[in-house]
Amino acid sequence: MEKYKFLDKEAIADTAYEAYGKTYSALFKNAALALFETTADMSTVEPAEKRTLGLENKDIENLLHDFLSEIVFIKDRDSFVFHEVDVEVTKIDDVFKLSAALKGEPIDEKKHDLHADVKAVTMHMFKIEETDEGYKAKIVLDV
Amino acid sequence: MAPENIKQVEPGIWELPKSFKEGMRVPARIIASEKLLEEMDEGVFEQVSNVATLPGIQKYAYCMPDGHWGYGFPIGGVAAFDLEEGIISPGGIGFDINCGMRLLTTNLTLNEVKPKIKELVDELYRSVPVGVGGKSDVSVNNKEFEKIMVKGARWAIENGYGWDEDKNNQEGGGLIEGGNPDKVSKKAVERGIKQLGTLGSGNHYLEIQVVKNENIFDPETAKAWGIHGNDQIVVMFHCGSRGFGHQIGTDYLKKMNSVMPDYGISVPDKELACAPINSDEGQDYFAAMACAANMAFANRQVILHKTRESFENVFKKSAEELEMHMVYDIAHNIAKIEKYEIDGVKKELMVHRKGATRAFGPNHTELSKRYLPYGQPVIIGGSMETGSYLLVGTKEADKKTFASTAHGSGRTMSRHAAKKEVRGDELQKEMEEKGIYVKTSSMSGLAEEAGIAYKNIKEVVSAVETAGISKKVAAFKPIGNIKG
Repeated sequence: MEKYKFLDKEAIADTAYEAYGKTYSALFKNAALALFETTADMSTVEPAEKRTLGLENKDIENLLHDFLSEIVFIKDRDSFVFHEVDVEVTKIDDVFKLSAALKGEPIDEKKHDLHADVKAVTMHMFKIEETDEGYKAKIVLDV
Repeated sequence: MAPENIKQVEPGIWELPKSFKEGMRVPARIIASEKLLEEMDEGVFEQVSNVATLPGIQKYAYCMPDGHWGYGFPIGGVAAFDLEEGIISPGGIGFDINCGMRLLTTNLTLNEVKPKIKELVDELYRSVPVGVGGKSDVSVNNKEFEKIMVKGARWAIENGYGWDEDKNNQEGGGLIEGGNPDKVSKKAVERGIKQLGTLGSGNHYLEIQVVKNENIFDPETAKAWGIHGNDQIVVMFHCGSRGFGHQIGTDYLKKMNSVMPDYGISVPDKELACAPINSDEGQDYFAAMACAANMAFANRQVILHKTRESFENVFKKSAEELEMHMVYDIAHNIAKIEKYEIDGVKKELMVHRKGATRAFGPNHTELSKRYLPYGQPVIIGGSMETGSYLLVGTKEADKKTFASTAHGSGRTMSRHAAKKEVRGDELQKEMEEKGIYVKTSSMSGLAEEAGIAYKNIKEVVSAVETAGISKKVAAFKPIGNIKG
C-alpha cells in the first residue's frame, strides 16, 4: 500500500496529495510524511530532536487538520524540519485522541535539501474517506 | 474552457448571469481577452460564481485575467460587501495576508551592474533570508512586535529601517488602521516574531531588473516616479506577512467555520467561511488581518532597507547617492474599506482582493501628492524568466471593478507538473546563459517557478488595458534574482 501520492492536476498554485492508511494512526502518519516531504527531503534530515504533541477532537477530519496545522506551526516557531513521526489515534467515548512524537532538527540550509515553505493546511477538498484497504485523505497545502 | 452562457458585455469584460448557479445574488464578471478566457481552468468559473452567493455582495463577483483556481475565492478574485449587511471572509484575502510588491529605482545602469551581478545577488542572498526556515537578524520582543502590528512600515522607518519619505510612497502609507494585537493568537506571534525581513519561498522573490527605453510606454508618468529608461536598474520584490499572517488566516478560517451556522450562513465551500462584518468575529478578523497586513508592510520595509545596504556594500556609495527611492508598495491579498457609488449613493464597502491589486485613478483622495496627477502605481510581477510591469490605475476602474486590476501572470501548470518537466539546476544554468543570475535555497522550488508554468504576462497586461482598468507605464527585464 503506498503511503501517499502527490497530485498533478488538483491544485495549480499549491501542493495537493492523497495519503493512505489501514488505520487512522497509519493515515495520520502518512499524511504527516507527505507534509514533511513537501518541506524538505527527509533523507537529508536527522532525527536529532523530538517534539511531542497531544490533540483531541470529536471530528476525525478536524483532528487531522489540527494535527497537520500543528506541524506547520512547529516548523516556523522552531525553524524545524522533520525526518519521522510516530502517531497514535484512538477513540475514547465520543472523542478522537491523538498523541504524536515528531523527530527532526533545526533547519540548516547547508545540510538539508529544502523544498517549499508551507504556509497553511487549507480546507480545500479536505476529506477523509473509507476505502477497501482502510482510509484515504485528500489534502491541499498552501505553499 | 468557458461556460456556454458567458457573454461579452464590454471590451475585455465577460459576464456569467445569475442563472449560471443557484444562489447567485449578483452576476460574475471575468476580465480577460477571449484567448485568456478560453484557457482559464474550470475552477475559476466554479469559484467566482460561489463568491457571488455570499451575503451583502455588491454589483458583481470579479476575476482578473491572471485568475486561476484558488481556495474559496479564485486567485484574481475581487468582491465588495455592504458594511451593514455583508460578510468578511478570510478566504477572500488568502493565508498570506498582504502578500504584495515593492518597487524601487536606482541611478545605476546595466553596464555598471552587470559586471558585479553575481556579487550583488550573493550579497542580497546573504542579507535577506529566503526559503524554509529563513530566520531574521532583526530581533524584536513581544512588545515591539505589537507595535509593528499597529504601526506597519512606520515602525520600521522609526527604528532605522528606511527613509522618512518611504512612508508617503506606499499604499495606505504603509499601514492599515485598526490593527488590534489582542485579536491575534499567541501561536501567530510565535510563528512570525523571528521572520521580520525574510522573503519566504514559493513564488516570492527579490529581482534586479533593467528598464530599456523601448519598454517605457508612458514617459511622463514614468519620469514622475523616477523611471527614465536608458538601461536603468530597478529592484522589485514580492513577499507577505510570513508565518504570522498564515497563522491568523488558519485561526480565523477555523473560527468562522464554527460560528457561521449561528448567523444562518451556509457556504458552498468551507474556504468561503465568513461572518457578518458587523459581528464580533467579523470585527475581530478585520483587526487581526490589519495586524498581519501591517507586519507585511514592515517586512517589506525592512527588506527595502537591507536591499539599500547590499547595494551600498557592493557599489561603495550610499543609497542616497545611488538614488534608491521607492516607486510604490502594493498589497494584493487584502480587505479594505473603500467608498464607491452604488445606485447613485456613495457607500463604504469592504473590498476583498485575493491576488488582485488596487488601481485608483488620478485625483483619488487616498493618493498622496506624488501620485495624484497620474493615478496609483500598479506593480504586476511576471515569471522569473519573462519580467514584470508597472502600470497605473484609471478612473474607469472605480466603476468597472471596484478599482481593482491583475496582480501577476497566473499559473497554468501545477507545481508538481512543473517539477516533472523542468530540472532546477538545468533551469538555473539556462537562465544564466540568458543573462539572469538566480540564487535559490531550493532547486525544486526553482523548477516549480519556471516560465512555462505561467501565463504570458503580456496577454494579462493587454487584457487589463483593453478593459480600461489600468494602463502600461513601463516593463522590466530580469538580470538577477534571489528566491527561496
